[in-house]
Amino acid sequence: MAVLETHNLTYIYSQGTPFEKTAVDCVNLKIEEGEMIGVMGHTGSGKSTLIQHFNGLLKPTSGEVLLDGVDIWADKSKIRDVRFKVGLVFQYPEYQIFEETVYKDIAFGCKNMGLDDDEIKKRVLETAHDIGLKEELLKRSPFDLSGGQKRRVAIAGVMAMNPRVLILDEPTAGLDPAGRDMIISHIKNYHKRMGNTVLIVSHSMEDIAGFADKILVMNKGSLFCYDDTEKVFSRAEEISQIGLDVPQITKVFIELKKRGFDFGKDVYTTGYAKNLLLKYLKGAV
Amino acid sequence: MTNNIIEIKDLHFSYNSEDKKPSEVLKGINLDIKEGEFVAILGHNGSGKSTLAKHINAILLPASGKVFVNGIDTSDENRLFELRQCAGMVFQNPDNQIVSSIVEEDVAFALENLGVPYEEMRKRVDDALKAVNMYDYRLHSPAQLSGGQKQRVAIAGIIAMRPKCIILDEPTAMLDPQGRREVMGVIRKMNREQGVTIVLITHYMDEAAQCGRVVVMDKGKVILDNTPRAVFSHVAEMKKIGLDVPQVTELAWELKKAGIDISTEIITEQECVDMLVKLLNK
Repeated sequence: MAVLETHNLTYIYSQGTPFEKTAVDCVNLKIEEGEMIGVMGHTGSGKSTLIQHFNGLLKPTSGEVLLDGVDIWADKSKIRDVRFKVGLVFQYPEYQIFEETVYKDIAFGCKNMGLDDDEIKKRVLETAHDIGLKEELLKRSPFDLSGGQKRRVAIAGVMAMNPRVLILDEPTAGLDPAGRDMIISHIKNYHKRMGNTVLIVSHSMEDIAGFADKILVMNKGSLFCYDDTEKVFSRAEEISQIGLDVPQITKVFIELKKRGFDFGKDVYTTGYAKNLLLKYLKGAV
Repeated sequence: MTNNIIEIKDLHFSYNSEDKKPSEVLKGINLDIKEGEFVAILGHNGSGKSTLAKHINAILLPASGKVFVNGIDTSDENRLFELRQCAGMVFQNPDNQIVSSIVEEDVAFALENLGVPYEEMRKRVDDALKAVNMYDYRLHSPAQLSGGQKQRVAIAGIIAMRPKCIILDEPTAMLDPQGRREVMGVIRKMNREQGVTIVLITHYMDEAAQCGRVVVMDKGKVILDNTPRAVFSHVAEMKKIGLDVPQVTELAWELKKAGIDISTEIITEQECVDMLVKLLNK
């Protein structure tokens, strides 16, 4: 069953003013439970506006957002529960840390949910483990940590609330290649243990290729496509035309196809490209 | 005088903190950069590359060793203003660098501080905004611009000072692909058309591949310094220190390891396609 659904979701900024802008235009989506989804779109494509609807930070101008089949705005007094069920981690979340210790910072959301201390402790320890923070760090001030560690503390705070849907807006922005891989692998650990739905916004198709079952692409406020990773990558040329970056290797294989060497499948990792080429070259010998 | 615009001689630097032992971040850097060069500095987080960049316009001063920019010793306090006009710096976060509520006023900020006469200022601001393709936005509020546009305004503010060299510390890290292309386009143009020396710190290998020279740092030292082609061909070494190489270089390297006769000195898609076509036609 779909955990999140949108029906004709439309959002207009500054309606009735000269700055009126339709940021999300009639989007219909069904997100199934337990999937790991990559979200892409150029700046201004509406992807941030869209994800802010999923936990009720923005209220649709028209249309609906359904969580477990129920319109999240049907009863306004329940919107707080929606925010416990759909956790949103903003860009550069390390700037939102404020507690005295790492433990308290991770526990903050759980406390607001009214959980008892034993449960909170269990969750903090489990998420700290998932995200790769050693237990001895929990007593330290988060402000003594490195930038990458701080970011993981901030992410853990939302994870510990155990949301049905976890949304991360560019969790790898500004990190070096090793840091990017590490954050993604930690999020994967968490996803594996909890089995919940995870959406990750990223500009890098190479990163997305490494984790996503499905990819959601926004373009100019509309849903460009929402499909299995392979199928989305097979439209690499169109995706490049709407201003997104296609992996270098994919471009090479598109060009090879034009030159008469069609390898059939779409290629977006070097490992796969190597195997294809070796098979062809060795087979030819 | 030689035509080195930047000369770094045996530079050492440590950050001091109260409770911890000072740890040496830069361990004897020697680096000369010629006027008009376009140099990328690569290194993982904590390799010392930002610390190095901050020495070029005297945000930080050497613990030992010397840094000269256009012949000016960066530790000479009397020439600090002169130094910073010569070497401008652009940082990662566009929001932290914008001070004014109108684009053209922001670009004029440094010129006002320098006491540049009005007529001259008007011309320099207009020229700078045109150079970064933001002239049409001169009366807009920076708050309504995209990240890439804001970053170009920040660069215009530096260009207006007419520096001989610009140091950019991960200027595209917070931008989307479109914004990255815009900013890289402006940087390349400044280098090519005005001969401005560029020192670009980046995590993006495709950006480094567009430079004339790549300097790789690890643990406070320069470990590779060569053309992008030559640097990226050290695939195993780059991976060991937590850096990537362009996908096409990695592919060539993997194929070579598997016994295919192929050069690993390729960095562009076109080179890769040409080489593969040649191989496949054999």
